[in-house]
Amino acid sequence: MTNALEIEGLTKIYGDGFEALKGIDLHVAEGDFFALLGPNGAGKSTTLGIVCSLVNKTAGKVRVFGCDIDTHLSDAKLNLGVVPQEFNFNQFEKVFDIVTTQAGYYGIPLREASVSAEKYLKKLGLWSKRDTPARMLSGGMKRRLMIARALVHEPKLLILDEPTAGVDIELRRSMWAFLEEMNRQGTTIILTTHYLEEAEALCRNIAIIDHGKILKNTSKKSLLQQLSLETFVLDTESPLDAAPELGEFATRLDGEGALEVDVQKGQGLNQVFVRLEQLGIKVISMRTKANRLEELFIRMVEENAVESHKSVEGAA
Amino acid sequence: MKPQALFTAFSTIVVREVRRFTRIWAQTLLPPAVTMTLYFIIFGNLIGSRIGQMGGFDYMSFIVPGLIMMAVITSSYANVVSSFFSMKFQRSIEELLVSPVPNWVILAGYVAGGMARGLGIGLIVTLLSLAFTQLSIHNLPMMILTVFLTSALFSLGGFINAMLATKFDDISIVPTFVLTPLTYLGGVFYSIDLLPGFWQGVSMINPILYMINGFRYGILGVSDVNPYISLGMILVFITVLAFVALKMLSRGKGIRH
Repeated sequence: MTNALEIEGLTKIYGDGFEALKGIDLHVAEGDFFALLGPNGAGKSTTLGIVCSLVNKTAGKVRVFGCDIDTHLSDAKLNLGVVPQEFNFNQFEKVFDIVTTQAGYYGIPLREASVSAEKYLKKLGLWSKRDTPARMLSGGMKRRLMIARALVHEPKLLILDEPTAGVDIELRRSMWAFLEEMNRQGTTIILTTHYLEEAEALCRNIAIIDHGKILKNTSKKSLLQQLSLETFVLDTESPLDAAPELGEFATRLDGEGALEVDVQKGQGLNQVFVRLEQLGIKVISMRTKANRLEELFIRMVEENAVESHKSVEGAA
Repeated sequence: MKPQALFTAFSTIVVREVRRFTRIWAQTLLPPAVTMTLYFIIFGNLIGSRIGQMGGFDYMSFIVPGLIMMAVITSSYANVVSSFFSMKFQRSIEELLVSPVPNWVILAGYVAGGMARGLGIGLIVTLLSLAFTQLSIHNLPMMILTVFLTSALFSLGGFINAMLATKFDDISIVPTFVLTPLTYLGGVFYSIDLLPGFWQGVSMINPILYMINGFRYGILGVSDVNPYISLGMILVFITVLAFVALKMLSRGKGIRH
């Protein structure tokens, strides 16, 4: 299968000497729904910025559907749609004009651009706002406008940098549904997000980047299999004075008096309830303490921070 | 991109530029019309009637070509510098950078946008001048060529200024401290024959003098300098500035990290 995106040895050193990317390799297959995760300053936006020609690379190769951005930049760009992290449209222009103007930059005549703009503005619930200046839109509408603008030329690869930042839950879910539909129709999607539940809900493959290095690049399934411990929070019918002893399960009370139980991979949850039943403790609700992917992500980033610290100390 | 697609991209940029300056017409089209009308009334009618003839023409007729060129120069420059810098400031320049539009089409689109405003203002000022004097055209091709190329040149200048600017103050420095003095000292209101020999020599290194005189030659048939040298100079400046602007675009000066 063709790769939608191939990155090899990508390096970026900014003018002040900061090495944002340290020779990363990344491959995203056509049709994939891919997440690039990392803490702030890890190199996510720099990576996507280079792919989209908003950042000049220092070294390395980038190919979009086989088109090298050094030799076939125009062809590479034709395959790309970009939704940036920050609003970057002219706030004084009307919604419809913003979308059709973007299509014009791709060489699409106004008549065709208008049809495509109508299609995506309707799909994203912005058609009634087509004659409204962009500055009058709500934050969620502005985000959807950027998605419509990125799709107007029907790109094969859609890149979204924090697409749901600052968006309420209901709208976020509707945007997820829209993106899943786009992906089902064949659009390859790469997103960065701080909402790890978003990556877990949407993506099939995930790369974790930190300090300019790829820490992990694998399928979501195999990543989650690495999770060896999950913490469950149980709300009990009667308040507990102290955490009960549950044998091989570590327990504690959280700040609000709920019971936290650590369950190792391979341990059955049934045993937890059997023991609670024996102690006469009745559970009225249960949830995981953190999103599964979030636990893995935090652990990997922390381990990387420790290793980086060690290597710095070793060098000193 | 294919030629048809390139033309669509080019015309999209031009249409967007025209839409921008017509949307804010009270800031872009009206002020030069008001200013030039005041010049016509005060310098042309009131003071001009006491000055008498200059270059063989009454004073009002003499200053009209210079005032038209002054309006064209400042409007062409102002359009591109403010539009491109605003796009940088709002980051909407990224819309263009992620698209497959080649740099030369981006530059051509902005220059054409600047020319649309500059020449539009030139036309408005010309029509206003007809209320004060009669215009007879001596050399139409020279007049048209000079005003078109001058407008293109100052649109290019505005583009480079916007590329280099990092804050709003930076886009007003050149118009205020360079363009305005050079235009006023470029023979808009007088013939350099009136100046002592030394200052005539100094005036000859002012490029705007050549443009105003080239245009004046096209309308009145009189000029302080050879109009063909004027055209040649404008073409050389256009070539140099276009080269610099394209280099800056390809390096992403101020627009790519």
